[in-house]
Amino acid sequence: MTTVDDVISTSEHKNWFSRITSLQSFWVFMAAIVACLALTFLTDSFASERNLFNVARNFAFVAIIAIGMTAVIASGGIDLSVGSSVVLSAMVISITMAAGSPFWLAAALALGASLLVGLLNGLLVAYAGMPAFVVTLGTLSAARSLAMVLSDNKMIWEFGPDHNVLLWVGGGSTLGVPHPLFVLTALAVLMSCIFRWTRWGQHLFAIGGNENAALLTGIPVRRMKVSIYMFSAFTAGLAGILMAGWLGSVTTNLGQGMELTVIAAAVIGGANLAGGEGSALGAVVGALLIEVIRNSLILLGISTFWQGMFIGTFIVVAVAFDRVRHFRS
Amino acid sequence: MTRLKLEGISKHYGAIQALSAVSLSIAPGEVLGLMGDNGAGKSTLVKIIAGNFSPSSGEIRIDDRPVAFHSPRDAQREGIEVVYQDLALCDNLSAASNVFLGREPVRRVGPVAYVDYAEMNRVSARLFSRLKSETRPRDLVRRMSGGQRQAVAIARTLLSEPKIVMMDEPTAAISVRQVAEVLDVIRRLRDHGISVILISHRMPDVFAVSDRIAVLRRGELVANKKAANSSPEEVTGLITGAIQAA
Repeated sequence: MTTVDDVISTSEHKNWFSRITSLQSFWVFMAAIVACLALTFLTDSFASERNLFNVARNFAFVAIIAIGMTAVIASGGIDLSVGSSVVLSAMVISITMAAGSPFWLAAALALGASLLVGLLNGLLVAYAGMPAFVVTLGTLSAARSLAMVLSDNKMIWEFGPDHNVLLWVGGGSTLGVPHPLFVLTALAVLMSCIFRWTRWGQHLFAIGGNENAALLTGIPVRRMKVSIYMFSAFTAGLAGILMAGWLGSVTTNLGQGMELTVIAAAVIGGANLAGGEGSALGAVVGALLIEVIRNSLILLGISTFWQGMFIGTFIVVAVAFDRVRHFRS
Repeated sequence: MTRLKLEGISKHYGAIQALSAVSLSIAPGEVLGLMGDNGAGKSTLVKIIAGNFSPSSGEIRIDDRPVAFHSPRDAQREGIEVVYQDLALCDNLSAASNVFLGREPVRRVGPVAYVDYAEMNRVSARLFSRLKSETRPRDLVRRMSGGQRQAVAIARTLLSEPKIVMMDEPTAAISVRQVAEVLDVIRRLRDHGISVILISHRMPDVFAVSDRIAVLRRGELVANKKAANSSPEEVTGLITGAIQAA
């Protein structure tokens, strides 16, 4: 006979295989691997060192912001302003560096500018109780406009005394690995730990799961939300700095429409727009898949106009997969 | 000694008077059945005691000491715990995470503080076994039955050796067998000297466990008497207004 205590102490018998295969990001990763293998055989250029380097670097920018976006989405919100935070950050760093300030100071100012956008988003969503969609739609417009005002809508390609430092940070590589990939790896590892092992992470997923329950149990929901939107803006600011160094020039259309790619990456990677689910690794894998699709279309000589069709299909397939999984359980 | 004493608690939202001058007291180990129709002010009263709202006027005393709550945390610190009607559970988290929601224990290794899941699972397992509920700490709440969800919500209140547990409609959405279990849990809380405020529409459940019955109608306390001296018929009359006061 089994007692109550026996039942309580038994864990669900799930081996590592069934646990991994129940993860959406596992299947997305598999899809990316299959695409990579197919491209290796179908094209000469995919597996070349140069192309892989480019893929790795290009996807890093989207993936960095997708980690921030995953935090917002998992808490039940949305941040449409990340593309504009990217250009604002890039513009602040390029203008202050062009004016002669050293890289570190300019980078701090750039991150500060994007954090202010996040602070504004967070305050309006958490304390004024406005819908995140509308608030961040507003800052999407406002932050890009601010970048235009700052630069007078001119391209900036000279970054003062620390010019080469910026190009090295964003566009350089160490041991054959592009620097943005180092930043992404560090951020992904750090945030995976934070999501899983800190009270901040627990509270974030609690807010996304049941905001009312979080409020009733005394979780500081408002402060949490402000910090989450600031984190999202921080990742955008970070990507902005790296992109400025990678491109070697900054124009005001940098990061335009990027928010949609980032949201797509987060959702494909398992972030649930209803809140409560998402992972840093998923965001990275989602961004990787999108970049591999983009790259493969170019290499296969398919018109890039088809890109949206493929990415759109993957978003729908990813969400459908999620529905099927919930339906079964 | 009175465990909890409410004196002249009123609450209004603009022109709407939700509670007017409610005075009540509860002894340690007493079960109070709080009854009233929808909109009578039960939930407002519960939320005031739980620290979700501040009263517009009036005073709350715990163990003869005046207290003022600015957040649920303050009320928890004074030993007041609530099982909400919707149970306030996060479906996407494990049973143990829900039990410890907002009170997660952390361990420190140098500058790094991390959530102590092992401790959470251990303590939750102990609470579930105390409640005699077949609930596994690591399982997601999403996959649980109504009775198990109730057990998670009640286990949460036991985490801090509470003085007062308030239950909002704990027997509304569960099976007959589970109702008996929940009523048993209420008796077990009482035997430990914990005061219980039971908010319910289900007359038999209230009379089965309550020592005293209080009835609210349109924000006013119209009855506050021993359950033994009352009857379901009288309480029904008080709730609807057929009997003015008792």
